[in-house]
Amino acid sequence: MPDTQALVNDFISKLKKRKIEGSQATAKQTAELLRSVISQTRVPYTNQAAALIQSVKAVGERLIAANPVELAVGNVVRRVLHIIREEDLSLTTAAMAGLNLSAVSDDEDDADRDNQPVLSAAAIAAASRSTLRPPSLQTLLEDVPDSAAIPHTSSSGGDSEGKSKSADKSSRSRKLKHDVIEAVNELIQDISTCHEQIAEQAVEHIHQNEVILTLGSSRTVLEFLCAAKEKKRSFRVFVSEGAPRYQGHLLAKELVMRGLQTTLITDSAVFAMISRVNMVIVGAHAVMANGGVIAPVGLNMVALAAQKHAVPFVVLAGSHKLCPLYPHHPEVLLNELRSPSELLDFGEFSDCLDFGSGIGAPLLHVVNPTFDYVQPKLVSLFITDTGGHNPSYIGEMYRLFVVSACGEGMNFKSEIMRTNCIAEGNFVKSSIRMRGINFFGKLEDRKSQFFCGCGEM
Amino acid sequence: MDPRRSARTVSDPKVRQVGFFTPAAPPERSCSDPPRQQDLIQPQSPSSTQVNDHFRSGDSLSPVMIPPPPHHHSDTLHRTALQVTSPKTAFSYSARTVTIPTENDDVPSSLSPSRKVVAVKSPSSYPGVRASSVPASELTTVSVVNLPPGISEKAGGGASVEVQNDRPVRSKSLKEKTSKAERRAMQEAQRAAKAAAKAEGTKASSAATKVVTSANTKPSKAAKPSSQKNDGSQFAASEKKVGDRAPEKDRKKDAPHPRMQYDDTSRVEKAKKRAVVKQTEVRNRVELFRHLPQYEHGTQLPDLETKFFELDPMHPAVYKVGLQYLSGDIRGGNARCIAMFQAFKEAIKDYSTPPEKTLIRDLTARISSYVSFLIECRPLSVSMGNAIKFLKNQIAKLPLALSESEAKATLVSDIDRFINEKIIVAEKVIVKHAVTKIRDGDVLLTYGASSAVEMILLHAHELGKQFRVVVVDSRPKLEGQLLLRRLVRKGLSCTYTHVNAVSCIMQEVTRVFLGASSVLSNGTVYSRVGTACVAMVAHAFRVPVLVCCEAYKFHERVQLDSICFNELGNPDAISKVHGREDINYLDGFVNRENLQLLNLVYDATPSDYVSMIITDYGMIPPTSVPVIVREYRREHLWS
Repeated sequence: MPDTQALVNDFISKLKKRKIEGSQATAKQTAELLRSVISQTRVPYTNQAAALIQSVKAVGERLIAANPVELAVGNVVRRVLHIIREEDLSLTTAAMAGLNLSAVSDDEDDADRDNQPVLSAAAIAAASRSTLRPPSLQTLLEDVPDSAAIPHTSSSGGDSEGKSKSADKSSRSRKLKHDVIEAVNELIQDISTCHEQIAEQAVEHIHQNEVILTLGSSRTVLEFLCAAKEKKRSFRVFVSEGAPRYQGHLLAKELVMRGLQTTLITDSAVFAMISRVNMVIVGAHAVMANGGVIAPVGLNMVALAAQKHAVPFVVLAGSHKLCPLYPHHPEVLLNELRSPSELLDFGEFSDCLDFGSGIGAPLLHVVNPTFDYVQPKLVSLFITDTGGHNPSYIGEMYRLFVVSACGEGMNFKSEIMRTNCIAEGNFVKSSIRMRGINFFGKLEDRKSQFFCGCGEM
Repeated sequence: MDPRRSARTVSDPKVRQVGFFTPAAPPERSCSDPPRQQDLIQPQSPSSTQVNDHFRSGDSLSPVMIPPPPHHHSDTLHRTALQVTSPKTAFSYSARTVTIPTENDDVPSSLSPSRKVVAVKSPSSYPGVRASSVPASELTTVSVVNLPPGISEKAGGGASVEVQNDRPVRSKSLKEKTSKAERRAMQEAQRAAKAAAKAEGTKASSAATKVVTSANTKPSKAAKPSSQKNDGSQFAASEKKVGDRAPEKDRKKDAPHPRMQYDDTSRVEKAKKRAVVKQTEVRNRVELFRHLPQYEHGTQLPDLETKFFELDPMHPAVYKVGLQYLSGDIRGGNARCIAMFQAFKEAIKDYSTPPEKTLIRDLTARISSYVSFLIECRPLSVSMGNAIKFLKNQIAKLPLALSESEAKATLVSDIDRFINEKIIVAEKVIVKHAVTKIRDGDVLLTYGASSAVEMILLHAHELGKQFRVVVVDSRPKLEGQLLLRRLVRKGLSCTYTHVNAVSCIMQEVTRVFLGASSVLSNGTVYSRVGTACVAMVAHAFRVPVLVCCEAYKFHERVQLDSICFNELGNPDAISKVHGREDINYLDGFVNRENLQLLNLVYDATPSDYVSMIITDYGMIPPTSVPVIVREYRREHLWS
């Protein structure tokens, strides 16, 4: 597969040169690349999942290494890996469960989140699965707790697995790759539509005559504000220009074009103006597992000022920005330092820049970081494509996401999309996939009801 | 009487370095970070007695502290007297520091002209302290050296004596009782001095009021009879003044006048009729700042230049300064103030009283017209406002009997004295204080370009201290680049960054030194926009924030936010990024109705972010600002 290799290399060089702007674009392109990697991977007759995982992992590691600061790459890779596992798992269980779906889903209802009663069964299942896959791959998905993965098979008898596996082999071999690619497509879809889903919630957060402050430019923020504007809310926006990239100018221009009352201020005036602001709405680069935010530089200052004046600090983030890492992780501590030429004119300071003291070290250093870390306590609310969340809930939400990453978003819109899929006759597969989520408490009711509806249909 | 004060006096009776023990400081600050605080208070010595010695040895350097025992007190007086006679000690390094601006003259920066103005226009004012105007220099030293004890008397002595009487239950050390007694003795001594002054008959008026208001700056008053140039002959004037201020209730009238509000259309119309400078309003005014002047920039300058020969009443020197304000050639509170005073000095020298008018009235009116012209060029800074108040006061105080030339000479020397004492020497004193807070290995962060901070850094470097400087800068003025260039030239190791990155760099910073345009009497620091952000981040990272500000910039006004009063700069400076032609998103959008560009010039830093204010009166917490304001007024406006 030379073409994939070329694609991968091309993407890696782009990442290294920081040619790709914004985490959304990066996430999308990563997912697309991984999709093509998956489709090009020649799967062996047995153990397909392992082969897919291996190839995705190999590519993913290179991608992450190419730009460790861009956490979205890692997030997407993790989610694709998870998708593969989920699909594999669901196929296995589907083969076992046969067609008596209703009974199984009833069982699941009882099992709920509490997996103590079935723990022994789970252990058996885990053992049986380890025969299915090489044990080394078991630990691959380090961010998903074992307890989350194991109980999926809990309701299915582990002893029957071996038999069914051999029986369904031929059908599975084609199905797995197909399903994985389909699920990755959905992931791409999710990433590209997350703006709209976030923007839909705008009217719930912005009221008439509100004064909103934002820093720099983020497409999510732009669409969020515009969505509120389209709903005939009139409000004012203070845009801080976001030195040294001055993306705020771009945002201000877009907002002005859409008819919003916009005031452009310098970054230094943030503290002065924040006392007259009702809400701070900003985008993020990545959201950490503890609810902390890696954000464009300057936002920590804004967050502190907002806290001082008790102004809500709202972060908009698509789900691809959720990251299972904690901010003490070295990847996160790595801040990207950009060129000093953005701050100082080399021409003007040429005499100072090469000025050497006795040791030979230059006297003048220029620090131009790209990101800030905003503590979770400074964030009032996260608005993601699945709704608003408290910072303390982010870690939990990530788990929900990873588990549901195999297709279902948690809002009804994607449910409806899923329904279409069911209506097309892919009934069994979808139902099994539902069981994957079933494990997670709150969602379960809604979904199983929904599913019943589908069944009746 | 403030109960907190007395309580603190009880808790630490010996030495009171007020610098970092702000009563309003958050509790976690004191408990979570004790080593740093200790370090701050005791820059060189680990034990408190040594600190005491240290401070005592350099008396002119001492921060606010409780007066030492009686014999010590007399010692201090002696020493100060000595210093009065030998100003060399106080100005030991003045010559070195003064040479800085002239060395920078070859720099083609926009700030250097202003510095040049200082250096060239007042050749006598810098090192000439010793040579040309000896009485002025004496005076300076006196006020500088003597006032810190004066303040401490105010805070510790006068206040705590009464409170302590109220609370005899509190166990007090014997030492403290003696100190109380000695404070009383000191007050007695002051009264005696006052009485002596009264007996002299020279300052009957001031003495009389001092009795009412429990004089504290008495030693300095007694030590500078020469300051009253109008010695024997001003009974009329002084009596008038007594009538002015003797009753306590008249104080209330001293509350600052409300400033001109530019959303008051009738007043704005009136002002426009008088205006010399033709102002056109900015098209898209920012709604929040309707009350501030929002005029287009860049249009007035050519217009004014053509009017140069038509403007009869305007003195050319004043005119020139006005143009320099307008074009931004002179900026920074001190530079603007000095330039204004130099211009006024020229104007006064060339002034002749028209027939059938009195000098006092006419000159005041003339100065007022100059001032309103300067306001049209650029709104006054607080420092300038205070300086103008001082000048008008001096004019009003002129004895009627004085001939015109004498009066003019008096005023010119008054102006010189003010520049010397309140700006130049004050800065040196601030430098002396602040340098004690810099240790080897420090990483000092500063924002923008404050002349005081620059002098501090350079002086510390000259002293051989090893430290690193982080210069934080922001658009649109990018003054930090000028500072950076000067510092690097001098061989300081610098790191440059912009204000957004301040929370990234703050982790390695050990001190934040900030300049201020003004310090308001609620402790709010009114300074270059962005200062509040830096102070806030420093506070969040538990880094001490030291604000350097001359006492003449203190103002009795209070302000809570940066919106009620501020200055708006040129909005066009926002839409274009200097040196970055690729940032042109807003080209063609500037005139869109729903786009407003806001270029704030100042912001207000809440006092809880400020650990310490370094002034020429010593190092004080922000809560003590009203004391300085009061002392300053008493000393300069009422005397």
